[in-house]
Amino acid sequence: MKHKTFFWFFLPTGLAMLVFIAAPIVSVVMQSMFLPIEAVLVETENCGPFGCKTETTIDQEATAKLREANPLGRFAGLEVYFDRGHLATSEVAEAWNTSESWGAFFAELRDLPFYRAIAFTLTYTFVCTPLLIALGFAIAVAVNSLHRHLKGLVIFFSLLPMIVTPLVGSLILFWMIDSRGILGNFISFLANDPDLSLKASTPLMWTSLIVYGIWSSAPFAFVVFYAGLQTVPQDTLESAQIDGATRWQQIRYVTIPHIMPLVTFVALIQLMDNFRVFEPIVGFNAEAHATSLSWIIFNDLGGETRQLGAAATTSVLTILGVAILLSPVLVRTWRDFRGRT
Amino acid sequence: MAAASQRKPLGLQIFLSAFVVIWLIMAAFPFIWTLWGSFKVELDFFSIADWTNAITGVRTETTHGSPFTDAGYVGAWVQEEFWRNVINTSLVCIFVVATSLTIGTLGGYALSRSGFKYVFWLLIIALIFRAMPPITLVSGYLPVFFDYNVWGYLPTAIVVLVAINQPFTLWMLHSFFEGIPKELDESAKVDGCTQFQAFRQVIIPVMWPGVITTGLFSFLLAYNDFAVTSMVLAEQNRTMVPAIAAFLGTTYTEGNVMFAVAAVVSATAPLFVLVMFFQRQIVSGLTAGAVKG
Repeated sequence: MKHKTFFWFFLPTGLAMLVFIAAPIVSVVMQSMFLPIEAVLVETENCGPFGCKTETTIDQEATAKLREANPLGRFAGLEVYFDRGHLATSEVAEAWNTSESWGAFFAELRDLPFYRAIAFTLTYTFVCTPLLIALGFAIAVAVNSLHRHLKGLVIFFSLLPMIVTPLVGSLILFWMIDSRGILGNFISFLANDPDLSLKASTPLMWTSLIVYGIWSSAPFAFVVFYAGLQTVPQDTLESAQIDGATRWQQIRYVTIPHIMPLVTFVALIQLMDNFRVFEPIVGFNAEAHATSLSWIIFNDLGGETRQLGAAATTSVLTILGVAILLSPVLVRTWRDFRGRT
Repeated sequence: MAAASQRKPLGLQIFLSAFVVIWLIMAAFPFIWTLWGSFKVELDFFSIADWTNAITGVRTETTHGSPFTDAGYVGAWVQEEFWRNVINTSLVCIFVVATSLTIGTLGGYALSRSGFKYVFWLLIIALIFRAMPPITLVSGYLPVFFDYNVWGYLPTAIVVLVAINQPFTLWMLHSFFEGIPKELDESAKVDGCTQFQAFRQVIIPVMWPGVITTGLFSFLLAYNDFAVTSMVLAEQNRTMVPAIAAFLGTTYTEGNVMFAVAAVVSATAPLFVLVMFFQRQIVSGLTAGAVKG
């Protein structure tokens, strides 16, 4: 295909991505380095019959002029990145110097919004991903052993938790584990504690968010592994049997190595997807116990104040986090490409 | 396939079946429970006294004279005008899927038929864009949308969702077009077609399976989006998912949680139908990337 033909074919989609993905990224980076210009204040002295008063007023004209001269705002460099709402370097340094033990240091960190969010985001990402892979693999093996007619039905129901809107799915689970819901009732019956409430306990809230994460993503792992199981070489399995391998050994030494590339694939995709965890926190109404980076951005953007600069800074930090998680995928794609040509 | 030696002992078979049943309950029970409970009053669905109330509907019977009530649905659809949100979601989904498939097919086809180096870099850029959480882009959109006075309208949300959709659509359609032999359009070109004529007359007739699969995922992205639509749309133009989130803000105080429950069930129903009809395509779409990678 000629360059010119390619250009015309690719133009619409390329333009869409350029204007609505690439340009916004540049804009986000710019916004994160500028602060809004503060209003110009003037002090005027008002002298009346009862003495003089100084009044502070906003000089609208001068403010407007200044804002017009610097449409981006005041250049702040990386100042916003290090303020209390983000990396909070001075607070961290102080906590490091004053706290006597690791525990005290982490307790201090937990009061800083960015580190609080990072703690939950990373815990969620790195607990959910291995567990959902294990569950997905177990379901795939079990379903594979079923009768042919049952498989379709099981796959149908298995797809539901994954296909359903994340916010809707998390609400459905949240209503069940609410202290007045069926699962919440059951859990407090098991714990023999009628006042047990999920909303009041941070560890319980984290656990249920992670349970939601596994519930909603295990079907993806299941479907991918199930497809992989269909291609396990039968003759290798047979020769393993002839050599006297037990059922477990067949899985361990034939099946698992065969689907290992798929495990890597699922793990990489899920690490990236879990890193952006956001809807369950809204659905579970969990912001008092758990926040994530995406949630902070959402919170800054919403409401009356719309702190775009703060949101932009967190966005840049989030993108950096995704970039770190993405780098193994990129290396892999690069190697694939080099291998092909 | 199942040779006699591969047959499992009874105990193992029972264990595996039990495991599948437990998983099925985990996957399906929440939906059935919420569907059932959406026809009850709040005191039954969230019962402090006795959890069996949610099944029998004791309070529902004393309030409405029958164990089932459509009060939640009437409240959500009529009183809170949820139908407006449903119409908005339908419009958004139709236009997002149509637009992103149209420009995505052209782009994906071009990527699969051009052997130059930049194809690889374009795909890598698309992969990076795909990995970024859409909400990180929103603070880039808002100032511009406010300046040009386009914030809050459905077309704005549609354009944004189409763009966010493109990286994924391109990857999917690129790998799909790779599977269509190049000889097809090459021979058409030898016969005197331009590249576009070859695409229109030779490729379009055979591309539908891949396009339908990709379209399903575009639809899901548009339908399920919460972060972008809730930030970009004004209150009167909300789609379903932000509307449900807004329900929670107002209804928790008014004691009308059942409106939200009914709305949630209403929003799940189309997805249920979708999985029913397109199960095969969804599964093949999920595995396509995996098998290739």
